[in-house]
Order: sequence, then structure tokens, then C-alpha cells
Amino acid sequence: MEQQTDILDEIVSSEYKYGFVSDIEQEIAPKGLNEDSIRLISSKKNEPEWMLEWRLAAFEKWKTMKEPTWPNVSYPKIDFNDISYYAAPKTKASPKSLDEIDPELLRTFEKLGISLAEQERLSGIAIEAVFDSVSVATTFKDKLASMGIIFCSMGEAIQEHPELVKAYLGTVIPPSDNFYSALNSAVFTDGSFCYIPKGVRCPMELSTYFRINAKDTGQFERTLIICEEGSYVSYLEGCTAPMRDENQLHAAVVEIVALEKSEVKYSTVQNWYPGNKEGKGGIYNFVTKRGICKGRNSKISWTQVETGSAITWKYPSVILLGDNSIGEFYSVAVTNNHQQADTGTKMIHIGKNTKSRIVSKGISAGVSNNSYRGLVKVQKTASNAKNYSQCDSLLIGSTCGAHTFPYIEVANNTATVEHEATTSKIQEDVLFYCNQRGISTEEAVALIVNGYCKEVMNQLPMEFAVEAQRLLAVSLEGSVG
Amino acid sequence: MLNIKNLHASIEEKPILKGINLVVNPGEVHAIMGPNGSGKSTLASILAGREEYTVNEGTIEFNGKDLLEMTPEERAGEGVFLAFQYPVEIPGVSTANFLKTALNEIRKYRGLETIDAMDFLTLMKEKAKLVELDMSFLQRSLNEGFSGGEKKRNEIFQMAMLEPKLAILDETDSGLDIDALRIVAQGVNSLRSPDKATILITHYQRLLNYIVPDFVHVLHQGKIVKTGGKELALELEEKGYDWIKEEVSLS
Repeated sequence: MEQQTDILDEIVSSEYKYGFVSDIEQEIAPKGLNEDSIRLISSKKNEPEWMLEWRLAAFEKWKTMKEPTWPNVSYPKIDFNDISYYAAPKTKASPKSLDEIDPELLRTFEKLGISLAEQERLSGIAIEAVFDSVSVATTFKDKLASMGIIFCSMGEAIQEHPELVKAYLGTVIPPSDNFYSALNSAVFTDGSFCYIPKGVRCPMELSTYFRINAKDTGQFERTLIICEEGSYVSYLEGCTAPMRDENQLHAAVVEIVALEKSEVKYSTVQNWYPGNKEGKGGIYNFVTKRGICKGRNSKISWTQVETGSAITWKYPSVILLGDNSIGEFYSVAVTNNHQQADTGTKMIHIGKNTKSRIVSKGISAGVSNNSYRGLVKVQKTASNAKNYSQCDSLLIGSTCGAHTFPYIEVANNTATVEHEATTSKIQEDVLFYCNQRGISTEEAVALIVNGYCKEVMNQLPMEFAVEAQRLLAVSLEGSVG
Repeated sequence: MLNIKNLHASIEEKPILKGINLVVNPGEVHAIMGPNGSGKSTLASILAGREEYTVNEGTIEFNGKDLLEMTPEERAGEGVFLAFQYPVEIPGVSTANFLKTALNEIRKYRGLETIDAMDFLTLMKEKAKLVELDMSFLQRSLNEGFSGGEKKRNEIFQMAMLEPKLAILDETDSGLDIDALRIVAQGVNSLRSPDKATILITHYQRLLNYIVPDFVHVLHQGKIVKTGGKELALELEEKGYDWIKEEVSLS
């Protein structure tokens, strides 16, 4: 028990690795949420009239809505008028190559271990880097363009591909879906847009790095991924944010549309600043992510490794509309210190023979609270729908909490729904066994936790898996004696 | 190599060891036998550094260093290995990955470079043969779903990989059938060398037919009450432990 307490102390005292602030001139809009601030964002981004109207309509909806109170998290009330909704690094024009980018900005990316130059040359990953609100660099664009793939910032997509944006934006997550999706629809500043044409298999993993830099600005990014018939894409999203005392709001929306026989694999490693060990500061991560398997035999797979944020509120979901479509959700959520997470998924079965699989691994330490919340809904039309859910919780120490809230609604009696759940602790005799083999307790915890999460980690692309493993070890850092 | 002097230890205030004296030199094999509850496994746990035991009196010196001052992982780095009576399972962590971590941590402790993947694989192949373990075993989660015999063979395999100076085998023979026993013994024997020592903790003489000890000690009520050569084990097998208990109560 004493050993457990020691580990706990060490974990509680481990510091955030990515805490630094870039010294770059920024242009920041005055605080406040009103029609004027929305018009400012729209005009700063040179948006067409229809986009502005869309935003204003969302804002009207938002004003009638209330903040959700059902998640198992608690935080002081957010004053939405005390936030600035736009921040942009001051640059001349949009950069044509890496040479035109502020060296300080590049150094920031390097600290995060994602040198764009290196990435471009070595790894074959095209990165759409979002530095606060304006995207600053895009790589591999030409290569992708030759295959008809569009991978650009949302701002650029609105200018260059308005017909696609108009056709799909808000179709999976309407602005009125929930409080935060309405807010995002009104004030989103940028994000990524990805379009894979019919029959094209995207030859590289598409990657986006998000970062919140300016003080007190929410990052409201918007991502839209469209996969045409028979296409495939693997999309990676990674997040880190610098250290700040004030809580920062992050309310993103991600929409995925998968047409017939297409497949989208969406992987996230989320490492926003979790706050200090007393629970001060940290990101509020209130995100709506949803995909629709619109066509027959399509597939959407979400994989997430969540180690950061003070509060995470997020349910990447799949609407299984097309017959024989497949939805998957693989999740590792780590909370320690004062972190709170309420995360899970929704699988909505509408088409025949649709299948879904949920594997959720929660890890709680410190005085954190970790909840899995999942809905499996089988509609009347979904004959022979199948779902398998597995929700495991691992507790480190005795002052943290793990909760599971599975909701199952079945309206078709040919459906099969399976749910398994376990809760376990890291046993002292397992730690001693590792110690006896020369492995320190800190190293042993990392080893055991990585083993516990293996099923989810295996779903991540190789380079990402390595980073995620490191992150797990860092967030549970602490040696004994 | 190992020098235990007047060791007294207890768990939750209950005295278990009441004055153990034992000297183990390089190259020697010592068998520690005794009835249930005599303190055999406690001795093994204290040597490995298990926290729930309190040492009330006495000293343990290992190669000139104070063993009791060291953490379990430092002891492993110094070359102490315990083959567990009940090896644990670690889901999702392969035996190979576990051992690579262990080996590299021990090498780091000794100021050596970490071993590269190819050399490690070669080493594993060589050592797996000693205990007739199939390589596919080593890719499976550590001990998960292994039979009793397989777990014990895995312990000996780990011992072969880590090449300890002092190996302590805590009832490695219990629950083994005759074939598994032969394989385990063969593994232990092949690791015998003039600079290494072994302590075998066992309840039965059976194992000692395969691994011939230099010394046999009988532990009773927390003390070594009799020490002899390998023939002492045979005598115990024949007469049981009662005559020793009688001898002790007479003296």
C-alpha cells in the first residue's frame, strides 16, 4: 500500500512536458461573443456571404441553448463573453514554402517533435499545421492534388471548393446538435478539409497538429472529411498546448462522411495541457466528433489516446446508415491529478447487417475521475445488427474514480448486443515481480499500462503508436525510491 | 558471496525467522528444506527485498555490500534472482518484451550499453533451448494462460537470460510433473558455474535427485536446525521431518 501511495505522489508531481509559450506577434480580436465578433471572424477570413449567414444562424440557435449538465464532470461556469474568438499570427501573405514561415513558429513545432522540414522529407506524412487559428503550412499538397485528393485548411476549402463545403458542412453534426457544436458553427476559425475522390486510396497518412498558443482564446476548429465511393484514408490528429493558468476552451467539431465501400480511419493522440497538480489551469476539451457510414459496406474507425486536458467531454460516434457498414471505436483515456474525463461513443445502427465494435480502456490515477459513457442504439430497420462492447478500467491508487455508463436501446429483435466490463488495480505483487527483475516501479507501471492498452495501441499507425506509448509513460511518470 | 548473520524477521508483528546464519560461496548449491511454515519462503522473500517483511535483527551481506539497504531492483542489478513460487501474469506484455526491459534495466545498472534487437533475439533462441521453450511462447503475454509447468519453465528461462550471480529457486519443483521437473533441473544444471551460486528451496527430496546440492539445510521454526551433505535429504525423505522436530525439542 505504501508503495502505491509513493507512485501516486510521483504521478501527482509529474510536470507537463510541453509547457512553453511561443513569442510570436499575434493579432487577437477583442473579447466577447456577439454578431460583431462573428462578422469580424468572417471578414478576417474573407468568407463569402453564405458562410457568414450560416454562422449567424448557428449563433441564433446557440443563444437559445443551454450548456449540458449531464456529463460526470464539474467546473466553474464559463463566461463566453470573456473569451477572444480570433487569434492569428501576423504574417504578410499565406506562405508558399517553409522558408516564408516565422522561424520562431518552426521552432515551436520542433519542440513538439514535428519538424515540418523533417516530416516533409522523411516520413511521407502531409501535415496541415494549425497554429491557433490560421493554418501556416501545408506539405505534400502537389502530390495529393495529382490524385485528386484535396487536403487543405477549412478556410481555403471555403474559398476554393465552396460546392463541397456547402454540400457537406453540418450534414453529420447540424449546428443545433448541441450547445458546443452550435458555438463552434458560429465562431470556428479554421481546421482541416479532406476530400478523397472515387476509388482513390490515399497513399499516405494525413496528419494535422493542433496547438493552442494565445492566452484566453478558444480554439474552435472544424474538420470535414469526405470519402467518395470505394476510397480510403487514414487521418491523424495530434494535439499539444502550452502551459497557462487560465482554463482554455477547446470546442472542435469533426464530421466524416463515408460513401459506399469507402473507409476512414481517424486516429487522435490528445495531449492538451491537463492543468497543474493542484488542478489549476488546463484545457476544457468539449468536442463533437461524428461520422456517417452513408453508403453500403462503408467503414469508419475512431481510435483515440486521450492523456491531456483538464476536462474531456467527447464521444466520437458513427451513424451506421448504409447496409453492412461497420463502425469502430478504440479508446485509451488516462486521467491523473485533478483531470476529469467523460468520454465514449455512440453507435447508431440504422442499416441492415451493420456492425459496431467498442473497446474502451480507462486509466485513472491521482484524484482524477474517468467515466466511460456509451450508447448503442439499434433502430427498427437494422436487422441482424451486431455490437460488441468492452469497457475496462484500471485504477492506480485509491483516491481516483472510474465509472461506466453504458446505454443500450434495441428496437429490432434480430440484433446481437454484447457488453463486457472489468475494473482492476495494479497489484503490488505484480510490481514486486517487475522490481525483482530489475525494473523500477515507474518503468513497471508504464509497461503494465501499455500492455493493458495494447489492443487499442495496435490500431494506431506505427509512428503514432510509438509517440502514444511515450505519452502514456510520461503522463504516468514517477519513480519510487 | 552471501553471508547471513543472525537474521530475525517478522510479518505483521509475528516472528517468522529467529536467527538464521548461512554462508553461501561462489559455485555452491544449497538446498533449504523444511516442513510447511518453517520460514523457507520468507527467507527467499527477504533476500529479494519484499516490503511486507520487517527485519528486526541481523545482517545480510552480498559480495561485500549490505543487501538490506538495497531496493529490489538494485538487488537484481547486483545479480540476485528469485524464481517465484507463484509467477504473476501481465496481460498485453509479451515475455520477450518484458525480458528485454528487464535485461536492459540491469545492464543500465551495471553501466553497460542496452542490447540491440538482433543480439537479444539470438540470446533468446539460445536460452529457450535450455528449457525446451518454443519461441512462439515468448511472444505471448507473460504467463497469461500458461500452465503451472510452463510458468516455472518461464522462470528458469528468465534466469538463464539474466545470468544472475545468486539464484534463489522458491519451490520451483512444486506442481511439476516428472518431465517438467527434468527440464527445469536440466536448465538449472546447465547454468551452474564456479562463479555462481544457487539456493534451492524445496519441500521434497525429489528435485535433489536431478540437481545435486553441496549442502542441505533443514529449517524448522525459523532456524536452521541441521546442516549436512546431499545424504541428509535422502534421510529426510525416508524418515520425514518428525525425527528432526524431536531432536530439536530434546536438545
